[in-house]
Amino acid sequence: MQQVATRRPRRLRRSGQSVLYWMALPGILFFLVFNYLPMLGVIIAFKNYNFRDGIFGSPWSGFANFEFFFTSPDLFRVTYNTLFLNVLFIVSGTIASVGTAILLNEIRSKVSGRIFQTFIFFPYFISWIVVSLFLGTFLATDRGIIDSVLVHFGFDRVDFMNSPGLWPAILVLVYLWKSTGYGVVVYLAAITGVNPEYYEAARIDGANRFQQIVRILLPQLRPTILVLLILAVGRIFYGDFGMIYALVGDNGQLYSTTDVIDTYVFRSMRTLGDMGMTSAVGLYQSFMGLIMIVAANWISRKMSDEKKGVLY
Amino acid sequence: MVEHKTFGFRLFNVINYFFFSVLGVICLVPFLIVLGSSFESEPNLKANGFALIPKHFTVFAYQTVFQLNAVMQSFLVSITVTVLGTLMALLVTSLLAYPLAQREMRFRGAILGFVLLTMLFSGGLVPWYILITKYLHLKDTLWVLIVPYLVNPFNMFVLKSFFETIPKEIVESARMDGAGYLRTFTSIIIPLSTPGLATIGLFYALNYWNDWWLSLNFIESDHLVPVQLLLKKMISNLTFISSQVDTSKFIQVPANGVQMATTIISIGPIILVYPYIQRYFVKGLTIGSIKG
Repeated sequence: MQQVATRRPRRLRRSGQSVLYWMALPGILFFLVFNYLPMLGVIIAFKNYNFRDGIFGSPWSGFANFEFFFTSPDLFRVTYNTLFLNVLFIVSGTIASVGTAILLNEIRSKVSGRIFQTFIFFPYFISWIVVSLFLGTFLATDRGIIDSVLVHFGFDRVDFMNSPGLWPAILVLVYLWKSTGYGVVVYLAAITGVNPEYYEAARIDGANRFQQIVRILLPQLRPTILVLLILAVGRIFYGDFGMIYALVGDNGQLYSTTDVIDTYVFRSMRTLGDMGMTSAVGLYQSFMGLIMIVAANWISRKMSDEKKGVLY
Repeated sequence: MVEHKTFGFRLFNVINYFFFSVLGVICLVPFLIVLGSSFESEPNLKANGFALIPKHFTVFAYQTVFQLNAVMQSFLVSITVTVLGTLMALLVTSLLAYPLAQREMRFRGAILGFVLLTMLFSGGLVPWYILITKYLHLKDTLWVLIVPYLVNPFNMFVLKSFFETIPKEIVESARMDGAGYLRTFTSIIIPLSTPGLATIGLFYALNYWNDWWLSLNFIESDHLVPVQLLLKKMISNLTFISSQVDTSKFIQVPANGVQMATTIISIGPIILVYPYIQRYFVKGLTIGSIKG
């Protein structure tokens, strides 16, 4: 270490800081290779990419890739689906998580509270593939549970795999099932952080339990809700590939309501192999995402009357 | 506290307990259905569909699964990737988080910004895919399932804020005794950070165990397919299971049962560590939300 240190600039050596940079080096290299090199790779969007010539050898194509995507009907469909599903997820997820966390906090028995929390949190740890099998047990058209119940009560079977109109609702239910437990833990942490003196003061003023929740707890939770909302809005142009592809797969019948930018990009790349066009879609997504983050941060700055937004 | 005795208070409690009991059942039922079905005989599964309580109890599906080389090989891949990946990710992440927790570090702000930017903007799937396949030549290797997830910026920030909560006095007394940064890190910071490292380690382990994105993109050889991707293939194609069996043995393959049994076995490790995971997760998320 001594020998290495003598080659460093004088100021670093004196404070012994050079070792800090050596420690950070693997992490910095990781981001450089896996995040910053691909950023340079966005020039593929302006090229007619072929594997043999690579990123830099392939011929330029100008804006042809963007023209192709922006004039195709796919652009509107996948953008609409991504935004629509994400808005549904964000709104329903926030309401479910905050509501459940408040109700769970009202359960005074520590043991019961922990048991309930354990049950609700459980789905968060299951992979989307396993969730898709779970979902299959309910929706399967030949022997699914919902069909069995419907037939039992004399109703017609429902062909879920050919009913795109039902899928936004199905996806929202599955999303809530899997992620509410996680949200509850986050909000429960915020709830336990509320100063008990506020409640005490409210009780002295004669506030009942419901009034305490509305007047004390909800305003105290506002900052946490806002932070998580803004982070979610910043990612509104990103579909959850792991979720959608595991649950919907390659079922073309359902694309009209379930195909999001991420699944579209994956499919275009793997099946069509059109790297240039796919890269243009990816760049469109990243660029829109960046705009959303900057805008969300600007709004958060306005809403909190502070110099700094949530992110910077 | 008079309110405890009111009728409204009691009614609310009853409804609340009922609500959470229903919610708890909803969260567990899909799991229990698959668990029950995995012990049901194949003819019954085909005829009656899924079963919460099997009518004809059998462990034949499990016996078959443990004889399927493809499934056992997948478990080996998943376990290797999870253990190796988690250890390496913890090492690289903490080595990055520690310097960034030192306020006196000269280029700290710049490096923090460098990491933060990766959370805001990316080159997209295509350049990332081409980098890994064409330039790093990682496609269809075990490493491609590990290396791309080595540092998660969110985990790094959580760990960094954990390091910052370690009392200054302890660190300063070590520095007075002549310990450099590296020495302080290995003999003071690491032993004091077990809860933080465990939280982050579990985040990483869960991520590696449940991931199928990397294998879906980069794995072609059968012997490198992790459990989740194998399950994906099983679910989308039942005949896939039969194709994995050496037909010369003439065993009847309970395809549906094998699907269920493999699923249950893939959740097994999570259930075993779940009580510990949950405790640490709650702590880790608390730290994360303070930072947020």
